[in-house]
Amino acid sequence: MSRLGDLGARLYRGEVGYDFVGKRKFWYAISILITITAIAALAVRGLNMGIEFKGGAVFNTPKTSVSVTEARESAEASSGHDAIVQKLGNGGLRIQVTELNTAQADKTQTQLAEDLNIPKEKINADLVGPSWGEQIANKAWTGLGIFMILVVIYLAIAFEWRMAVAALIALIHDLTITVGVYALVGFEVTPGTVIGLLTILGYSLYDTVVVFDSLKEGSKDITKQTRFTFSEVANRSINSTLVRSINTTVVALLPVAGLLFIGGGVLGAGMLNDISLSLFVGLAAGAYSSIFIATPLVADLKEREPQIKALKKRVLAKRASAAARGESPELAYDGPSGPVDTEPDDDGDAEDTPPAAAVAGPRSHGGRGRGRPSGKRR
Amino acid sequence: MAAPQKGRRQTGAPGKPGRTLILFLIAMIALVGGMFGAGELTPRLGIDLAGGTTITLKAQNSPGQANAVNETNMNTAVGIIERRVNGLGVQEAEVQTQGTDNIIVNIPKGTNSEQAREQVGTTAQLYFRPVLTLGPGDPAAQQPPPAATPSAGAGESPDAKPSASDKPEEETATAPSDAPSPSETTQGRAVTEDLKADESPSPSAPASDEPGASEPPAPGESAAPPADPATEKLQADFAKLDCTDDKARGALGDAAKPTEPTLACGQNDDIWEKYVLGPAEVGGKDVDDANATINQQTGQWIVQMDFTGAGSKKFQTITSKLSQQQAPQNQFAIVLDGEVVSAPSVRQTLSANAEISGNFTQESAQDLGNILSYGALPLTFREETVTTVTAALGDEQLHAGLIAGAIGLALVVIYLVLYYRGLALIAIVSLLASALMTYAIMTLLGPGIGFALNLPAVCGAIVAIGITADSFIVYFERIRDEIREGRTLRPAVERAWPRARRTILVSDFVSFLAAAVLFTVTVGKVQGFAFTLGLTTVLDVVVVFFFTKPIMTLVARTKFFSGGGSWSGLDPKRLGAKPPLRRSPRRLSAPIDPKEA
Repeated sequence: MSRLGDLGARLYRGEVGYDFVGKRKFWYAISILITITAIAALAVRGLNMGIEFKGGAVFNTPKTSVSVTEARESAEASSGHDAIVQKLGNGGLRIQVTELNTAQADKTQTQLAEDLNIPKEKINADLVGPSWGEQIANKAWTGLGIFMILVVIYLAIAFEWRMAVAALIALIHDLTITVGVYALVGFEVTPGTVIGLLTILGYSLYDTVVVFDSLKEGSKDITKQTRFTFSEVANRSINSTLVRSINTTVVALLPVAGLLFIGGGVLGAGMLNDISLSLFVGLAAGAYSSIFIATPLVADLKEREPQIKALKKRVLAKRASAAARGESPELAYDGPSGPVDTEPDDDGDAEDTPPAAAVAGPRSHGGRGRGRPSGKRR
Repeated sequence: MAAPQKGRRQTGAPGKPGRTLILFLIAMIALVGGMFGAGELTPRLGIDLAGGTTITLKAQNSPGQANAVNETNMNTAVGIIERRVNGLGVQEAEVQTQGTDNIIVNIPKGTNSEQAREQVGTTAQLYFRPVLTLGPGDPAAQQPPPAATPSAGAGESPDAKPSASDKPEEETATAPSDAPSPSETTQGRAVTEDLKADESPSPSAPASDEPGASEPPAPGESAAPPADPATEKLQADFAKLDCTDDKARGALGDAAKPTEPTLACGQNDDIWEKYVLGPAEVGGKDVDDANATINQQTGQWIVQMDFTGAGSKKFQTITSKLSQQQAPQNQFAIVLDGEVVSAPSVRQTLSANAEISGNFTQESAQDLGNILSYGALPLTFREETVTTVTAALGDEQLHAGLIAGAIGLALVVIYLVLYYRGLALIAIVSLLASALMTYAIMTLLGPGIGFALNLPAVCGAIVAIGITADSFIVYFERIRDEIREGRTLRPAVERAWPRARRTILVSDFVSFLAAAVLFTVTVGKVQGFAFTLGLTTVLDVVVVFFFTKPIMTLVARTKFFSGGGSWSGLDPKRLGAKPPLRRSPRRLSAPIDPKEA
């Protein structure tokens, strides 16, 4: 705690830090790779849609003493799909199994008859339509679309359009990755999955908004100073809110992890798994994208602004002249997407300068954080 | 974050934390007390956790509708039924096809399954027909018909003589739980119907479970101008018609063709009346939307209908024509599933909307509005079976969810304690307050708006633990930043608040926006989930503003926290505050490094 608290303080003052913005190309590449994998998985394997979306076979049994659990196990074993088993008022069972072709349905029916000790002809088999009609799915999509439009408008008003665009890209990135994981793992997509996915909407943006909030504050009078480029300020914002981002993510993931590993692990398949897996992947992706994707994107977009470009020039010129006068050379790091993309150093030199709009504070030096700062300095 | 802004005026005055806290506690006690007062101690569970009633509806193949039962019509019917049942509230009823001609409707436990049964079975064929003749419903009764002389308010829709039955379920002729009358659209049947055995004034035939068997059309019959045999026959049948007989009424619905004159029955103040009606001028398809409202003048519940563009033109035509007629020809009958629900008279040309008035209760008006809003079913359905059904998800799923939630909560608490030490206490108490309020509100909303907790909602509530804790973290980190700037605790708490508040509000607004959009746009399970998300988000803001912040202000005055003890989580030294430090002597304790997950 003391070391962490200390690290928090050093991050806060910008003594240590990781050059998120400077290294953004590397992280973009990783994200693009993951996204491509997700899309490929979707294209090749597709999603395994559950009975609620696709319909399937339904078996109705006469009055029986077999328990719901036994029937479910039997149906799942014989069909290899999730089964929904309900006891009816007349003592019979209603067993629904995802998408079976006639041969499979027949096999399942035979197996059920055997396991449940009911003559096969007494189990009536029928096809059942999706209980989650296209309408519900379509409405969920519509909601998603409307939400995205509104949230972009809102963020554009609350912050600025660049941040809104970056947040939206990060959000789409999170959703794509989550859906891709489902295609890869082959879990059945149930209403729970869709609901989990929709939960991510608000949450993925939560983290992003926290970082943006600090960035907005940090870059308020950015053109009135010549110490930092916008990218550097953006990077400081990420670093100074890093503890907060990590904590909020950990705290959000803990209950979900509990659901996924305890609820799902103990029980095997089920709705809990469906929901918690999409939540887990989505929340993790959301935390990652708020740090590695959203804010660097904002910096990228901002650095195209003439004012910010001019600022970068002034900052670099000032540093150059300072270096010429033989003051402690402060390493300029690459302003993104300039016409000339210079990467003066690749080891993520942390800034060693006080805050942008700082109240006077001692200038601290050092703190070369490589990757993760090891806070063992006291 | 980088630094405090210059010239900030808001320093967040401490205010009166005590008063705010007391108000918050009163609200909480009121909620929990309401829970006990209402005798509801657990939230209502959704269909996936509690089971419910399952209704099997079988599509009817009526004569002249040989190919009506097809996949397209079945899917349309599923859509309409789903909207109807879910139009009753946050119900999450499930509707699906089974085989080629069955529709299964699962209704959660605890909701009004009777009401839902009416909703699902009603065909809801709606027509506006001009009234040609009006008479008492029972030929044996020697009473004059009650004068139907309603008045239409200026520029308003006509207000009808109350004539709708008090409760739809009493309309035995069309009560879906009994036998929904077949749709009238596609029946190639003659207008007239030989109403045998109807001369006896008292109903002798029991209500059958099915609409009266159809009769072959009488030879040489067709729709024809008045004074032809058909009309005479219609008049003759009208004379014989006994509206007090269920079977006779049931047969009427079958006989009606929208394009031809027909006979119909309707109740007016619990007295049956019979009508000869002209061809339908406006139909249910012309109704854009229907809502239950209270008529300001009479204080009664009515159903207000808004027409589509084409519908309002048609309605204008018919009302201008009718307004010049004498009674009863100036009345138009609103016919639902073959029965006249009301027959207002028209005094002037009307266009935009119409209303159905009658002895509606709030519920029956809302039911009718709901049914009319979603249009008529393309098929007629008969209720085959109604049986209870157990939960689709086993109890073990809910238990596992709750256990996982408890473990998740414990993990969050451990993490917070390791990282924030004494501050974690405040977070934990706030979390508990938030949990208690969520639970109480969900419980109260069960009977209130039919809110049912399904497994996704349970998961949503568990995830909300993390989301709520996030707000505390944002605030705590801000306070710690202020302390790093070298402030003492009390000013730090107050200065950190406005900035933390903004972050919390912006983030929560985004979450709430997601919930609000989803709630508005979607139906069923997703809507229930969106509701949970919105509720927990609002509660998050409420708890942080009215509970966590005041408590923080109060504890900042205590020695334990403001002294910056090593366990308070606010030790300036540990936080790496800048000198000069106002430090109290500190015990040297081995630092604990929390494991970062």
